[in-house]
Amino acid sequence: MPRLSVWFVRASFIHLLLGLFFGALILAQKGISFYPPIWNLFPLHVEFLLTGWLIQLAMGVAFWIIPRFSNGSPHGPVGLVWFSFAFLNAGILTTALQLWFPHALIIGRIAEVCAAILFVIGSWRRVKPQGVL
Amino acid sequence: MPLLTRTFIKTAMICFTLALMLGILLAARVTNGFFPVYIHLLVFGWLTQLIFGVALWMFPKYSNEKPRGYETLGWWSYTLLNSGLLLRAIAEPIQSTQPNPLSGWTLVISAILQFLAGLLFVFNTWQRVREK
Ligand code: HEM
Repeated sequence: MPRLSVWFVRASFIHLLLGLFFGALILAQKGISFYPPIWNLFPLHVEFLLTGWLIQLAMGVAFWIIPRFSNGSPHGPVGLVWFSFAFLNAGILTTALQLWFPHALIIGRIAEVCAAILFVIGSWRRVKPQGVL
Repeated sequence: MPLLTRTFIKTAMICFTLALMLGILLAARVTNGFFPVYIHLLVFGWLTQLIFGVALWMFPKYSNEKPRGYETLGWWSYTLLNSGLLLRAIAEPIQSTQPNPLSGWTLVISAILQFLAGLLFVFNTWQRVREK
């Protein structure tokens, strides 16, 4: 597995654990009320699990699995995809600040879109037929 | 494909089918309080469970002797995930329509089981995510 995929996948595992932890707290609160403001973690539960876990894991595995180039850099413009990784995780963590700064949600989401665009540009040419070098 | 992976994937497929059937009932408005169960059958019972099963099979080997790490942990993760989800599927709709201590505590237990399922999976897979 290339180093960048290791980072994507391990970061997705961390988001999985945090997101599950928040979800478990909220579910327990639905069962036996112990601290109603725990519901403030709800947007983080969704963001961490949908974007941080499912989407990030798919990006990491895609970077590892899709066809490589035989000429030049096998994984294409790797630098762009590193930036995508950085924007994605900075974006997710920024959305978590919405608890204190409401604008953090939109700023984080913009960073996530940048991550998506960088990932698409960085991977575009790797989605190619067999035999193309 | 190892037995553990097949078990994960087939259970995931069952969750997928159940979720979409529940989607019909939700659309027909014949069920109450089932929306979270519907979402989590899809994202946890189907997507996450499918990922767990495929990752245990396809990720770089743990070691030559133990290619899939500690398989018992994998089985524990499977059992915790599905028992937790099942308890949730039963207790959450009850709790949202006729809350009572039994359904309440069932949700607490279900929450712990599902969290532990993820924890064991990550614990057992972390080392397999590495450069070749
Ligand atoms: C990969 C796994 C998961 C994903 C992607 C996910 C995603 C979501 C989403 C999208 C919602 C919003 C549904 C709505 O609008 O009502 C939600 C709600 C919720 N999730 Fe999760 N979830 C996951 C796993 C879990 C787990 C394992 C637990 C518990 C241990 C949990 C606990 C909750 C709770 C308590 C709610 C609020 C339900 C309500 O509205 O009353 N989630 N989750």
